[in-house]
Amino acid sequence: MNALAVTAADNHTGVNGVALSVLIVLFLLVTVMGFLASRWRRSEMESLDEWGLGGRSFGTWVTWFLLGGDLYTAYTFIAVPAAMFALGAVNGFFAVPYTIVLYPIIFVFMSRLWSVSHRHGFITTADFAAGRYGSRGLSLAIAVTGILATMPYIALQLVGIQAVLEVSGLGGSGNVIAKDLPLFIAFAVLAAYTYASGLRAPALIAFVKDTLIYLVIIVAVVYIPSKVGGWDHIFTAAQHKMATTNALTKKPNGSYIPPATQYWAYATLALGSALALFMYPHSITATLSSKSRNTIRRNSAILPAYSFVLGLLALLGWVAIAAGTKPIGLDGQANPQLVVPQLFEDMFPSWFAGVAFAAIAIGALVPAAIMAIAAANLFTRNIYREWFRPSATPAQEARVGKVVSLVVKFVALVFVLTMDKQNAINFQLLGGIWILQTFPAIVFGLYTRWFHRWALIAGWAVGMVYGTVAAYNVVKPTPGGGSQHFAGSVALIPGLAQLGYIALTAFAINVIVAVVATLVLGALKTPTGIDATIKGDYFADEGDPRVIKINPGPHEYSPSP
Amino acid sequence: MAGVLLLLPIAALTWVGSYARVEPKLGAFPFFIWYQFVWVFLCSGCTYGAYRLVVRARPHRPMTHGVTHDEQAGR
Repeated sequence: MNALAVTAADNHTGVNGVALSVLIVLFLLVTVMGFLASRWRRSEMESLDEWGLGGRSFGTWVTWFLLGGDLYTAYTFIAVPAAMFALGAVNGFFAVPYTIVLYPIIFVFMSRLWSVSHRHGFITTADFAAGRYGSRGLSLAIAVTGILATMPYIALQLVGIQAVLEVSGLGGSGNVIAKDLPLFIAFAVLAAYTYASGLRAPALIAFVKDTLIYLVIIVAVVYIPSKVGGWDHIFTAAQHKMATTNALTKKPNGSYIPPATQYWAYATLALGSALALFMYPHSITATLSSKSRNTIRRNSAILPAYSFVLGLLALLGWVAIAAGTKPIGLDGQANPQLVVPQLFEDMFPSWFAGVAFAAIAIGALVPAAIMAIAAANLFTRNIYREWFRPSATPAQEARVGKVVSLVVKFVALVFVLTMDKQNAINFQLLGGIWILQTFPAIVFGLYTRWFHRWALIAGWAVGMVYGTVAAYNVVKPTPGGGSQHFAGSVALIPGLAQLGYIALTAFAINVIVAVVATLVLGALKTPTGIDATIKGDYFADEGDPRVIKINPGPHEYSPSP
Repeated sequence: MAGVLLLLPIAALTWVGSYARVEPKLGAFPFFIWYQFVWVFLCSGCTYGAYRLVVRARPHRPMTHGVTHDEQAGR
């Protein structure tokens, strides 16, 4: 094994035996944990509450690991440094302010959503919309948007696993089966334990994932810069690369510090992403699985620890510039997504490179599992039960959820295998644009019933169409002399002559349409639907009874403002 | 008060012009980079402060039969 490693270390594309062995051992460890997780805080797994929300029992620390494992995906660990490496601070470092402004937002909105969901047994945001507005259409729109935006996101987790496998030398050989076999195996294992254990599996594995990630990043940030000439040299190299003119676009490669023309882009990317993140089904699932309202508030104070790590990771993209890392895929093409795994392979001893690869691969499995569960929850609750089998029992719901989680992962696998990876990344950007369009219905709905349900649907539809079209119109030239659509997520803000994140522009249009339509529909006196929630629901906490069990006094029937 | 604590990080970080520069450096790190790292800790402090304030100002009232809900000022 040692001899193999020595020869492999000299060769970028060869199989790195030691690293691969370490990766496989750690992977097997979490697989066993994934299956054993069904016994953790044991339950019968007979309902969607149990399988899909882990029985709503997670305390502060489990939630911290779960949310951290959920939100900081392998894609973050691969793509953010890749963007820093290739395009600079505006495209990459915005992730830091994004994951900072995120927490005040969670603090305010999510505790409220937790309370109302606890009282009414809501599992998804679409459940909430149905209860709050008495509108099946709005609920369906939210469910479909959630599933749509999640699919390519899961696919991207698989892209992260693939990047690690590619750098460690696996896959990529001649025929199709051998090429993708390692990915198939990782995928099958993931699917199997999600099916068996539900949300408990990623919650337990998140402990391993986060420990490994923290370990690897801290070692990387302490160890690698000294090997490439120190931070001074790193920042000089990054500044130099970003200022160099790109042969293809005839513009500088990217930005070292955002210039005044890109302030808006930087701020809107951060704010828009932060608003969008907690509309994603997988964030909602992890939030609702916590056991009390204050679990979420406490977590918004301790989760920023991950943002610090994320910032360090982003800087690794610039470290790679100074190190002269060449992210060349097994097909011989340059692929910036490989930059961090390649940096680790070049700089670390083989065994620690294996640990680092495992950290990234397991870091992809946790969110992929949660996302599949979240999409399954949405489908089961808001499409299957709502439209096909209103009489479904909790056990039937859990069974359908399990099967759907398999289907969702399969679709994601098809995404990875058939789509160009650059395309998959762009679909993720689009996912953010789409999911933010559900924000008015959900977050405004937590505070007021002023908006009319049909107006919210209208705003959603306009926002979806505008966002999709605007993203399609972002074109960049390709090396072949052609051009590519969906090439970015930043476009001119109409009427402002500044570049901004499309999601936020679409969101603003969405809100305007919703306000105008509400006024019009109000004037026409159209029916507003029945609100199943009462004001007290939004402040409920652990120990408060579920709605079904109580017999509220007449004052609790008074409508919310 | 809690609201101010929560708005502070958002306002500070969306005002990109206030920190998009190289000087003053902290060691080798440009201001742009280290300033945002500092906000990780400040934001954590702000949300924790807000949490303590909210919990103290508006303790939870268990929902039982006949409880009155006068917490409408809250979030």
